[in-house]
Amino acid sequence: MNADMITELRKGNNMTVEIKESRETLLSIRDLHVWYELRRFGFGRAGYVKAVDNVSFELAEGETVAVVGESGCGKSSLMKTILGLNIPTSGEVVFDGKNLAQLKASELRDYRFEIGYVQQDPYGALPPFMTVQQILEEPLIISGVKNKEERLERIRKAMDEVKLHPSDDFLPKFPHMLSGGQQQRIVIARAMILQPRLIVADEPVSMLDASVRVEILKLMRALQEKYHLSVIYITHDLSTVKYFSARIFVMYAGNLIEKADTRQLLDNPLHPYTTALLAATSDPDAHNADSYKEVPPGEPPSLANPPKGCRFHPRCSKIINGLCDEKEPVEFEPVPEHFVACWLYQPK
Amino acid sequence: MTTTSEKLLNIENLVLHFKTSGGSVQAVDGVDFELGTNRAVVILGESGCGKTSLSKALLRLLPRNVDKYSGKVFLQNQDVMLLNDEEYRQNVRWVGISLVPQAAMNALNPVLKVGDQVAEPAMIHLGLSKAEAYGLVYKMFQHVGVPADFVARYPFELSGGMRQRVALAMALVTSPSLIVLDEPTSALDLLTQANIMNVLKRIKHELGTSFILITHDIATSSELADEVAIMYAGQIVENGDAKDFFPAPLHPYSQMLMASVPRLRSDSDPMFITGQPPSLMNPPAGCRFAARCPFRFEKCSQEPPVFQKGNRKVKCWLYQ
Ligand SMILES: Nc1ncnc2c1ncn2[C@@H]1O[C@H](COP(=O)(O)OP(=O)(O)OP(=O)(O)O)[C@@H](O)[C@H]1O
Ligand SMILES: Nc1ncnc2c1ncn2[C@@H]1O[C@H](COP(=O)(O)OP(=O)(O)OP(=O)(O)O)[C@@H](O)[C@H]1O
Ligand code: SF4
Ligand code: SF4
Ligand SMILES: [Mg+2]
Ligand SMILES: [Mg+2]
Repeated sequence: MNADMITELRKGNNMTVEIKESRETLLSIRDLHVWYELRRFGFGRAGYVKAVDNVSFELAEGETVAVVGESGCGKSSLMKTILGLNIPTSGEVVFDGKNLAQLKASELRDYRFEIGYVQQDPYGALPPFMTVQQILEEPLIISGVKNKEERLERIRKAMDEVKLHPSDDFLPKFPHMLSGGQQQRIVIARAMILQPRLIVADEPVSMLDASVRVEILKLMRALQEKYHLSVIYITHDLSTVKYFSARIFVMYAGNLIEKADTRQLLDNPLHPYTTALLAATSDPDAHNADSYKEVPPGEPPSLANPPKGCRFHPRCSKIINGLCDEKEPVEFEPVPEHFVACWLYQPK
Repeated sequence: MTTTSEKLLNIENLVLHFKTSGGSVQAVDGVDFELGTNRAVVILGESGCGKTSLSKALLRLLPRNVDKYSGKVFLQNQDVMLLNDEEYRQNVRWVGISLVPQAAMNALNPVLKVGDQVAEPAMIHLGLSKAEAYGLVYKMFQHVGVPADFVARYPFELSGGMRQRVALAMALVTSPSLIVLDEPTSALDLLTQANIMNVLKRIKHELGTSFILITHDIATSSELADEVAIMYAGQIVENGDAKDFFPAPLHPYSQMLMASVPRLRSDSDPMFITGQPPSLMNPPAGCRFAARCPFRFEKCSQEPPVFQKGNRKVKCWLYQ
């Protein structure tokens, strides 16, 4: 009886992502490098933190991808560059056929209105001394919606989209009066309010409880489908990816080391790092306690001084000595549309 | 199934309420459970349900605004709630029960070498000299996988994972029979989490320590759990063996919580629990989960007692 009830509750809420036919390219990233300068005082040469190194991909209109990787691997740096907040050290960000580097200041401003940003940490994302109404009104004012009535109209609509009703109850509230899940809905409403074509969601649910997490992911999925949005979903949690994204990019120490359709990547991971991530992800099961997990030794490298050759080589059990520790792997495509930067897949 | 002799901990009707301007916050409200020697229980629950408060109540680390603190806590058959603060400090905290607090890895003293920090509880609580204490420090570093030469480092020179291991070494150095871990892995990366869980398993195996693992990360918790206790709005609503619990939780809240966990290895569609937990200031009369429970019926307006179902316990009228 209980099981039936739960099945009932699940109805009409299926989350599995279908892979749709390819469409117009919306965003294209070419040979992108984002290096931060390390400043040293006194003597010494300054080095660089190579937060994003040699990253390329394309994102179609209406497509969803997940960027998965551990803390400090460069996920936020990549996204901030796409948002135009970081200037690339080299390489290009092309949105809708326009190269970001060639935009005038006013064009860059308009460009930012095309992207909604759901930032990491909902608790820090909302200004504490602004009401919900002020928070949602701000982007409308900046983008030049002069009519007060129209602004209110659009705020109400956005709140309706994220299912915060009755909206009038929420408008005068300050963020601290809202639960974590409600705050994250406001963050999403703010990202949606200028009707962007691309949403960048940086760990949108990692600070939330399990029971709320799924609700927010489902909400974002519904909005994505309704408005045919492109979405880049950044996360370290592989178990949520398949519910939200058609493709996965795995990032390690500034590089995208594997790119494939979600199902393909989860079923047939190729890169040793991806395999390790999947093995380390637990599903709740009492038998987990009976055995130890196999985990690669060590920790991700410093991006100021990454290892020579493959950046994963000091931790890799499959290392090919003399090759992996010398030459940076190039990208291979051992299976159509499944890309991997690892020497194991070099065609013979 | 544990007999009295191997029972390490037995908590009866533990209560911790806080005084606030809005009223009394009933953060821990009548908690019961027991734990055997060399066993691990995980306490699972959503943010704000009272998990950290429970750890504070257990270790008598109380804030100033306590409104009510009562109950029985038997550690090796001695009711430690009857001890005065000085006796408690000398006989229970550190030597009997150690705590690795929430965000411990960020709470290390930034200006002290980590070796000195780990040695300190052994010097204070076991009365050891610094040299003797350092002997233990090296041993503990080995158990938790910190290289011996790290004793001379400062916290900022260590990664988050290494700092968390140091915090664990500090809790271990006094050889307590029970360690309470409050969200030990939630701020860490996936591979680091898996590493720390391996370390905990090894310590349990090698040193025979018991654990209370407090977390909201259900999947990771299963890496250590012998037993599971589900906490909701200040109370334990289900308690039982992990091997029974994970495949078939009993309480409606447990069932829905488990159904909300996204799984890597199955395509089951996760669901969410609508609504929010009640305020602990004025929890509703009757079952505290009633407002969100799809099974609620007339009976639920009265507070359900704990029903025994086989060797499991569940606080829900469905199991009367
Ligand atoms: N403005 C900056 N100046 C110098 N270094 C930076 C700057 N921003 C980020 N970094 C460094 O670049 C690297 C990548 O950081 P980034 O924030 O992109 O990682 P991330 O993958 O988003 O990590 P997390 O999962 O912790 O959010 C890190 O080593 C970080 O310390
Ligand atoms: N000293 C205090 N005074 C008043 N209220 C408190 C105090 N400490 C905790 N609370 C309240 O008690 C409730 C339980 O808090 P607690 O920290 O135990 O929750 P938790 O389950 O550990 O949550 P989390 O998962 O977010 O760590 C919360 O509503 C909290 O605001
Ligand atoms: S390139 Fe070599 S070191 Fe790098 S992941 Fe592949 S096998 Fe391992
Ligand atoms: S006692 Fe009633 S309301 Fe509470 S969980 Fe059980 S069925 Fe639901
Ligand atoms: Mg980031
Ligand atoms: Mg807590």
